[in-house]
Amino acid sequence: MDFVAVQFLTGLASACALFLVACGLSIIFGVTRIVNFAHGSFFMVGAYGAYSLSGALMPLLGGLGFWLALPLAALGVGLLGALVEVAVLRRLYRSHELFQLLATFGLVLVIKDAALITWGPQDLLGPRAPGAAGAVTVLGEQIPEYDLVLIALGPLVLAGLWLLFHRTRWGVLVRAATQDREMVGALGVDQKKLFTGVVFLGSALAGLGGAVQIPREAANLNMDLNIIAEVFAVTVVGGMGSIAGPFLAALLVAQLNAFGILILPEISIVLLFLVMAVVLVLRPQGLLGRKELAGSATHGAPESPLRPEGWTLGLIGLAVLLALAALPLVAGGYQLSVASEILIFALFAASLQFIMGVGGMISFGHAAYLGLGAYAVALSVTHWHAPMTGALALAPVAGALGALVFGWFCVRLSGVYLAMLTLAFAQIAWAVAFQWVGLTGGDNGLLGIWPAAWASAPAAFYWLTLGLVAAAVLLLRRIVFAPFGYGLRASRDSTLRAEAVGIHTRRQRWYGFTLAGAFAGLAGGLYAFAKGSVFPEVLSIPMSLDALVMVLLGGVQTLAGPLVGAAVFDGLQTWLMSETDYWRAIVGAGVVALCVAFPRGLVGNLRALQESRRDTPAVSEEGASG
Amino acid sequence: MSRPVLEAENLAKRFGGVRAVDGVSLDLAAGEVLAMIGPNGAGKSTCFNLLNGQERADAGQVRLAGREITGLPPRTVWRLGIGRTFQVAAVFASMSVAETVQVALLSHDRQLWRPWRRANRYRRERARALLAQVGMDWAAERTCGTLAYGDVKRVELAVALANDPRVLLMDEPTAGMAPAERGQLMALTQEIARARGIAVLFTEHDMDVVFGHADRVVVLHQGRVLARGTPQAVRAEPEVQRVYLGAPASTEPTAC
Repeated sequence: MDFVAVQFLTGLASACALFLVACGLSIIFGVTRIVNFAHGSFFMVGAYGAYSLSGALMPLLGGLGFWLALPLAALGVGLLGALVEVAVLRRLYRSHELFQLLATFGLVLVIKDAALITWGPQDLLGPRAPGAAGAVTVLGEQIPEYDLVLIALGPLVLAGLWLLFHRTRWGVLVRAATQDREMVGALGVDQKKLFTGVVFLGSALAGLGGAVQIPREAANLNMDLNIIAEVFAVTVVGGMGSIAGPFLAALLVAQLNAFGILILPEISIVLLFLVMAVVLVLRPQGLLGRKELAGSATHGAPESPLRPEGWTLGLIGLAVLLALAALPLVAGGYQLSVASEILIFALFAASLQFIMGVGGMISFGHAAYLGLGAYAVALSVTHWHAPMTGALALAPVAGALGALVFGWFCVRLSGVYLAMLTLAFAQIAWAVAFQWVGLTGGDNGLLGIWPAAWASAPAAFYWLTLGLVAAAVLLLRRIVFAPFGYGLRASRDSTLRAEAVGIHTRRQRWYGFTLAGAFAGLAGGLYAFAKGSVFPEVLSIPMSLDALVMVLLGGVQTLAGPLVGAAVFDGLQTWLMSETDYWRAIVGAGVVALCVAFPRGLVGNLRALQESRRDTPAVSEEGASG
Repeated sequence: MSRPVLEAENLAKRFGGVRAVDGVSLDLAAGEVLAMIGPNGAGKSTCFNLLNGQERADAGQVRLAGREITGLPPRTVWRLGIGRTFQVAAVFASMSVAETVQVALLSHDRQLWRPWRRANRYRRERARALLAQVGMDWAAERTCGTLAYGDVKRVELAVALANDPRVLLMDEPTAGMAPAERGQLMALTQEIARARGIAVLFTEHDMDVVFGHADRVVVLHQGRVLARGTPQAVRAEPEVQRVYLGAPASTEPTAC
């Protein structure tokens, strides 16, 4: 019994950081309607900042220096957030939510490399908290004093925020803006200042969450993405835009972790997933969230309809295909393996474009299905010595099954909630692959997955890849223009109208999601054979991001887009990685710039230009949003 | 007259403390055009939403040809034969006008799972004919998102007719149209209703349209039925004049 009590207190202490970060995210979302992926990065910078500040202040001020370093780090992160708002977010308030999410994702990469340059790659453990470094005995068990500080901090911050939002003029304005920002603007409130202030506050909370962690957890470069998945789960469970919701959810999640580890250490994260699933089915807007915020907040102009290409483009496609087939005549082994990888990513990106562009579902965790395909191949080869063809046939099945299960939950949501949930699922898949060492080899991966003898030569494997990818992409395109694709687009264009003509939109989207999972799974299977090994990275967030950037580069609403995007991005990344260690920052900055400058992607903007030149009255790009 | 196609009995819906619809009953016969009028906030749109399953009624029943359909989702209600157009017209913005109708046909024929054949070749003639019926065949290849609002309303009507409905619910079908166009559209609707035996329920703020094209009128006020009957009878009702129509000889002081 005592042990249970101790575990409970540990859970409460862990809830603190989670609450601070989730609450900041929720506040920022409430007003700006932007889900800030970089919020985890703010958390990380808060930890690093507190480490450096306490290192600088403690020699001067002693114990006080430590306690001063925490709020100062939070303040610094708040200022960083305000800077980000002014420089980037402000330009995106009227963009499509996809570009908002992606731009903040780009920031994650930039901040990660900035932290790498500033603090180096090693883990940095902060000092023990002066005055709270010991332990107290509770019910005969030792509890770190610092845990008690954290347990008190959560409710204190909650109370402070409540006072701020209910007792100050600024707070009331923020709440009003959460309800209706246009109205607040119409009442003569300076929205710019208000928004900057809110992002400052939210970021500062994330920074504080990171800062208070340093005596418990070493500051490291993986903190950003590690916490963001959990924070997304917390905010989805608690309700976006709410403050008490994340608090409640953080307590729940932290307790689940604390006790889950005791019962089933390997799958404690699955418990989190179960809770989230239950909450989402019963209350899609989260425990304390409001319905209207949960809905899709899509902005943007009406799209011109997708049209099958004419003869010219078809012929160009055929010519490209023939040229690609002839590549082994001129290219060497290394070029061919790079080309194979580009082809695989083209299929991966095309499957993502299918659910995003055609189905209107933004997935930030599409790598889950790529990874499932890859692991299906790797496991069947290493554990059951499956032949290549059999293993490869299993890959789309694995991807589809995963998408079937995860998709069942995902299609219940839309917009940013959907994006966050897909990310959380991918993170869960990653955690399982990472933690289940007995099956997946964990971090060491699964090695020795080589193609069968007939496909082992670089040219042979390249041709195999080209054949499968070309067939899959053509099939996907066929589906887009078939009734199934139209049903998906109808569900995307207007759920109301689609339901009113008898379309079961949720089911249509679910099948679409599953289909995309199958194609991603096939890409994953090929990827495993191309690399000869599978590591958890194949399921990771950066992998999902890569696919998103490829789709974005090419344009979400174009069918050739993902193919072009994959070629450009993968080629560019391969080159950048050979040139510099800080390629992430360059890619990230490029993504941010892209989101701000080309809201339709390269091919998309090109086509828009073409159309406006031709004849049709130019469809207005901006300003059509509400 | 034969048994009504659509019957609603004591429908009720509240939002928080507001009784949006408070015990509304109505019935519709085949080929009949019934207008629902009333001031803003009278509960007309909510009433529509209860009839086609968009919202769940707190109390009351809806029957289609004697079959209870209360609480069924809109897609099922549609399959059973109640088509609907929306107050804020909703079409598929990324599709052409013809494709929009084709999607309704595909859905009607339960073909939307098909992954191979080209959707825009599906029953083209039928789609064209439906569009011609509402005078929109000239725009078949235009994108829905680029149409004028009045034209979007016509496309909605064509989509609603794709299912051979027994009942048509039209929420402010002529909003956003020029007066001449309004009369045209409702005359067309009336004609289709008579010819095909479709029961039509529509809401409207233009009294010329209401009194020119409705067989019967039901007046809603604060969620309740204030009056019902022929257009002439309803127009003569003093209570209706007071809350909605406004009598020319009114002695009430005018605001502003």
